[in-house]
Amino acid sequence: MAYGDKVLDHYENPRNVGTLDKADPSVGTGLVGAPACGDVMRLQVKIGDDGKILDAKFKTFGCGSAIASSSLVTEWVKGKSVDEALTIKNTQIAQELSLPPVKIHCSVLAEDAIKAAIADWKKKRAAEQQQLTADRPQERRAE
Amino acid sequence: MVKVPIYMDNNATTPLDPRVLEAMMPYLTTEFGNAASRSHAFGWKAEEAVQKAREQIADLIGGNEKEIVFTSGATESDNLAIKGVAEFYKEKGNHIITTRTEHKAVLDTCKRLERQGFEVTYLDVDKYGRVSAEQVKNALTDKTILVSIMFANNEIGTVQPIAEIGAVVKERGIVFHCDAVQGIGKLPFDVEQMKVDLVSISAHKFYGPKGIGALWVRRKPRVRIAPIIDGGGHERGMRSGTLNVPAIVGFGAAAEIAKREMPEEGLRTGKLRQRLQDFLFAHLDHLELNGHPEHRLPGNLNVSFAFVEGEALMMAIKNVAVSSGSACTSASLEPSYVLRACGVSEDLAHTSIRFGIGRFNTEEEVDFVGKYVVDQVTKLRAMSPLYEMAKEGIDLSKIEWAAH
Repeated sequence: MAYGDKVLDHYENPRNVGTLDKADPSVGTGLVGAPACGDVMRLQVKIGDDGKILDAKFKTFGCGSAIASSSLVTEWVKGKSVDEALTIKNTQIAQELSLPPVKIHCSVLAEDAIKAAIADWKKKRAAEQQQLTADRPQERRAE
Repeated sequence: MVKVPIYMDNNATTPLDPRVLEAMMPYLTTEFGNAASRSHAFGWKAEEAVQKAREQIADLIGGNEKEIVFTSGATESDNLAIKGVAEFYKEKGNHIITTRTEHKAVLDTCKRLERQGFEVTYLDVDKYGRVSAEQVKNALTDKTILVSIMFANNEIGTVQPIAEIGAVVKERGIVFHCDAVQGIGKLPFDVEQMKVDLVSISAHKFYGPKGIGALWVRRKPRVRIAPIIDGGGHERGMRSGTLNVPAIVGFGAAAEIAKREMPEEGLRTGKLRQRLQDFLFAHLDHLELNGHPEHRLPGNLNVSFAFVEGEALMMAIKNVAVSSGSACTSASLEPSYVLRACGVSEDLAHTSIRFGIGRFNTEEEVDFVGKYVVDQVTKLRAMSPLYEMAKEGIDLSKIEWAAH
């Protein structure tokens, strides 16, 4: 399959490949896709107290379009607020990378990955706050 | 330094051997006659050249030149064999036996016949892609009119026990068709030893031109097929249409070279395959060899590189032309049905790469490809969440993945 220049650029020079500490309460992890379908994306975001995305990292098992889509969204979400990041649509990703119809699912997966990562962070934060409001002061264990 | 891009997809097609082109040239230029023209020298020369090619091709498979029916290629040969037998013998029965790993030219032809009322048994294969003569024997019924089983598989290179199956089928007087496209010219194939009745052959798989193939049709005892193309009654009525003389001449020349050089070439490509395989397995973990370790085409290597998607790997090694069983390389988004039939899981099927080493590949190229693949797989695995999880000891099969 012939790819557009932007896919090739992200594929050959992927941005923000890596791993953030998933135990860190300020980090949200989204793992979407399935090995049987040929693509799995893991997107991680580190979110500051002001709700801004400070850092984003990805690892992806998948074709060139899947890798490019995840690389692109790490660039896009950095510096955005959580609410802004949630407005990113798969169609924007597909358009930016000029994905052919057969590869649209890669952009859908990237959108899902953002949502999953932020949802994970929100869940962690809710749990944390619940604990803070509990009677006993929270004991933080150093790890 | 090797010259890139490197062509290592010789199971898809092979380059034309320069010696073959040389044999073809006169028939592309001055000797343009129609082999069916009986009244002048132009026709006689063309007919003579076709006759020689028939002998060269028949000689490669131990048959008689009168048994060669030229076609446009192996897809047509498979269609002609299966539809031709089904049509001719339909009064005798309506049952056909084949395997799950056949080429689509066989499987889709069988599917069409099923819609017309024929019954088809698709034999399961073992994890190496093999069927046994015993399986075929057990599947035969009073209604069976045709058994169609390939010599060697195009994806995984596995060679079927054709001679053993042939013995079982012959005993019952049933027609036995063999799609021998991938094996012929690479491994010895003798129609008497194999006890076959119909054999599909394609020139471009062994350094001949594209667009030409043959169906070998046994004469003793005579096997009958109904034609699927009607017209001027060429090829003893089995396949009408003006013969493609230059391509047929090339087909013949390629067959002669293949026969002469097969022992040496098979050994050489087999060694190169083993060299590549050994290098990859020595430098990477989590690899699976697809296909049979011994009963396989000498130049075929099919490996699953777990945790690295096949199409992404092909992009990463873009200076080397190979194939993948990954869904992303097909329009259907389904991974290889051949690997699935061998029981290879969907996730591993997505990570498979087929290397096809041929006549013109060198040891230097193989070494280059080996290092290149190791580097790129390592790079892609560093980017793979699955590889990271596997390294952490997480059992990926225990995770509930959301199918999409």
